[in-house]
Amino acid sequence: MAGMAGRMSTVIKAKISRLLDKAEDPGETLDFSYQKQLESLQNVKKGIADVVTAKKRLGMQAEKLRQSVVKLDTQARQALSAGNEELARTALERKQLAQTELQGLDQQVAELEAQQEKLTESEKRLRSKIEAFRTKKEVIKAQYSAAEAQVRIGEAATGVGEEMADVGLAMQRAVDKTEDMRARASAVEELEAAGTFEDLTALGSGSDDIDRQLAELSTGGAVDDELAAMRAELGSGSAAPQGELESGEQK
Amino acid sequence: MIVRIMGEGQYRLDEEAAERVNALDNEAVAAVEGDDEDAFHVAFEQMLELIRTDGDHMHDDELEPSDVIVPPADITFVEAAADFTGDGLIPD
Repeated sequence: MAGMAGRMSTVIKAKISRLLDKAEDPGETLDFSYQKQLESLQNVKKGIADVVTAKKRLGMQAEKLRQSVVKLDTQARQALSAGNEELARTALERKQLAQTELQGLDQQVAELEAQQEKLTESEKRLRSKIEAFRTKKEVIKAQYSAAEAQVRIGEAATGVGEEMADVGLAMQRAVDKTEDMRARASAVEELEAAGTFEDLTALGSGSDDIDRQLAELSTGGAVDDELAAMRAELGSGSAAPQGELESGEQK
Repeated sequence: MIVRIMGEGQYRLDEEAAERVNALDNEAVAAVEGDDEDAFHVAFEQMLELIRTDGDHMHDDELEPSDVIVPPADITFVEAAADFTGDGLIPD
């Protein structure tokens, strides 16, 4: 097959070959090879479980943030109705921050979901190959001399080994992704710990870091827009002229 | 020729399809070398699509090693650049 594939594939293949070489112990018995395949399968199952755990954790965080968004929105409305625009603005600033984090989390949960599906498919493929190998091994053992059987079973094991390497790399990618997300989840947790998404009763004790982040958001004008929209929607705000109040009531 | 798409399984390709895969493969490599992300994704996705549609998906219980192994469909350009900076053709 030399020259058949361009550089890209051959580099990848060389990489996998190295992985296989590393995994192969020349002294190992045929049965041990099967044992190792089963261990590899167990590792994949554990990898899938890790992805599920990470997904659940992020999902729970997203749920908490969703509740914060609703709560802060309600508080902004209450503050505005009471004529306290400053408080309403702060609530909306926090809501924006929570929403941004929420979007990121939702996206990551979806990514982990995709990883989980892929790994589950890979696990199924590997299981089929291992099962086929087990059957073939017994047949070969019964038909050939020990030396000949060694060679033939070795060939079959290569086919399984390639699948193991494939799954191994897929797992590595999943682990890398999960670690990235863990870092992000920690960042959100820090914001939570600092009270960023908390009840407005926590107002006034905000750290400089939160103030800075909130200030950054305010400059975007998103909060101003939302505040204006909310004011229009409420209509009956204390500052609203009499005429508008009446038309608001007719709605 | 047997081609494995990582994370998807193995496909059996005839000579003609293999030639076309090879051409797209070379385009993808050239795109990586030229630091052209868009071109890389175009070539790489065409290549995967060709393997999936023109190749016969092998059964999970077949124990044959692949002649060629291509990266997973969700590979990023950064990963591609890191993986494909080999020093030229490595003989099989």
